[in-house]
Amino acid sequence: MGMTLVEAIIARHAGRTVAAGEFVEVPVDFVLANDITAPLAIRAFRELGVERVFDPERVALVPDHFTPNKDVRSAEQCRVTREFAREQGIHYFEVGHGGIEHVLLPERGLVLPGEIVVGGDSHTCTYGALGAFATGMGSTDVGYSMATGKTWVRVPKTIRVELRGLLSRWVMGKDVVLHLIEKVGTSGANWCAFEFGGEIGSLPLDDRFTVANMAVEAGATAGLFPPDEEVLAYLEDRAARPFTPLYPDPDASYAEVIEVDLGNLRPLVARPHSPANVVPVDELDEVPIDQVVIGSCTNGRWRDLLMAAEVLRGRRVHPEVRCVVIPGTQGLHLRAVREGLAEVFLTAGAVLSPPTCGPCLGGHMGVLAAGESCVSTTNRNFRGRMGHPESKVYLANPAVAAASAVLGRIASPEELFGEGRG
Amino acid sequence: MIKGRAWKYGDDVNTDVIFPGRYTYSRMEPAEIAKHALEDLDPRFAKEVKPGDVIVAGRNFGCGSSREQAATCLVAAGVGAVIAVSFARIFFRNAINNGLLVLEIPEAVAAIQYGDEVELDPEAGTLRHKGREYRFPPLPPIVLEILRDGGLIPHLRKKLAEEG
Repeated sequence: MGMTLVEAIIARHAGRTVAAGEFVEVPVDFVLANDITAPLAIRAFRELGVERVFDPERVALVPDHFTPNKDVRSAEQCRVTREFAREQGIHYFEVGHGGIEHVLLPERGLVLPGEIVVGGDSHTCTYGALGAFATGMGSTDVGYSMATGKTWVRVPKTIRVELRGLLSRWVMGKDVVLHLIEKVGTSGANWCAFEFGGEIGSLPLDDRFTVANMAVEAGATAGLFPPDEEVLAYLEDRAARPFTPLYPDPDASYAEVIEVDLGNLRPLVARPHSPANVVPVDELDEVPIDQVVIGSCTNGRWRDLLMAAEVLRGRRVHPEVRCVVIPGTQGLHLRAVREGLAEVFLTAGAVLSPPTCGPCLGGHMGVLAAGESCVSTTNRNFRGRMGHPESKVYLANPAVAAASAVLGRIASPEELFGEGRG
Repeated sequence: MIKGRAWKYGDDVNTDVIFPGRYTYSRMEPAEIAKHALEDLDPRFAKEVKPGDVIVAGRNFGCGSSREQAATCLVAAGVGAVIAVSFARIFFRNAINNGLLVLEIPEAVAAIQYGDEVELDPEAGTLRHKGREYRFPPLPPIVLEILRDGGLIPHLRKKLAEEG
């Protein structure tokens, strides 16, 4: 019987055929951690008594959560991380040279199709957009992989998601994945991988990153797209090493098949306090807001910035709203300056932040007070996620977030552009 | 044998309410992280939890972040076990890697109330509550061994020492 994409990748690494549910030890192609998870992974690495990482070219530490450092203790965490990176000669992306890990590492061609990537961050699954089996783990697992170049996995069952049709103007990858999470629930894909197929070309690559990124919000181990020509073209000048793209077999067997008609999707919002608490924007009662965040490993890429800028161009952020725009990497920030997006955001009355995960996890650069509400393009709206336990986060795509910033309440861009649905 | 009171919660208890993101970079030592365990879900928990107490919860316990403190703060707080209908994958790995007993026993979850006394024998695969005994499949030997050694790293060190 044929294999699904995730089975094909694990089988190639294990050197034998595998079946869903099996526990398999596999070599890993790349290991990463950030300024929160690296210090604990380094501690685990040291406790194992190992001297060197398995391959310095295949390990990256990315300081992005509490950077630029918000205080002395976060600076200490980054120092531990930086010193270890120097000692081991592994990739380290200093402030001013890097950005948010899951936007940055694909940009640098360090995570590639057909590979197995483990990361000390739950959103490591983002690289599934490139056709990698990438999954988040805790620091102990990451420390073990840094030391040995191996990990163990339980081969996930595969849920096939068939995409059909074309996205409407203000609908993005965010809406596709929120729709999927609503459909399967926050644990519906636990110990499973999503495999996207059908008309995947309808989703620009940046949107596929968003979709793969939030697979974990449905409990999924990973979310994978077969690498098409757009992916191979994207990697042509950036792949850090040779790679072998893999694809699912036509006779692969799936635990479940879900069909998504992209043309029927409308801009969606996930209400507090669950990413599965989804409703179309235009069915929401009036929700006044205090803050808007546009950025993160979910929606801090070029198309995200473009869509937000399209809404904000020539408009003003509502006087009672704070709008924080965060390009995902230094490179994207520079491009936003060069191509005029920075001016659009600043003229509109948004602030432009250096790349950081900051506000998404209530860290810094936009933390909420009690009773405040935020429309955010990030990935989680759990209670207290962005600050005070009595604050509220509504998840949406960048165009919806930008329109909400202008109107001071959660709103669809259709309202500003005088369009009906469609 | 684990014996203690039950702290009962619902579905989707996520890592943000188990150990808030705002402390992930600044609280590193067990005594410090224990003070913030379940802070945004049940402020009484960290103040009143006793060694051997168990957490009882619904579906998808530990969903969200990969932060290992979500498991280690419960170990540091003295929690004997987490019993749930189901666990999120990353949390499940983190728990075992850090020597925290995690068990899926849906019938027991349905019966146990906040504050009830619970007695657990992981080796025998039994849980006692209000005179009733629930049986669950014993954990695989490798998992029991990791838990007995206090987590994955101590377990690997022990194995390396035995081999070396």
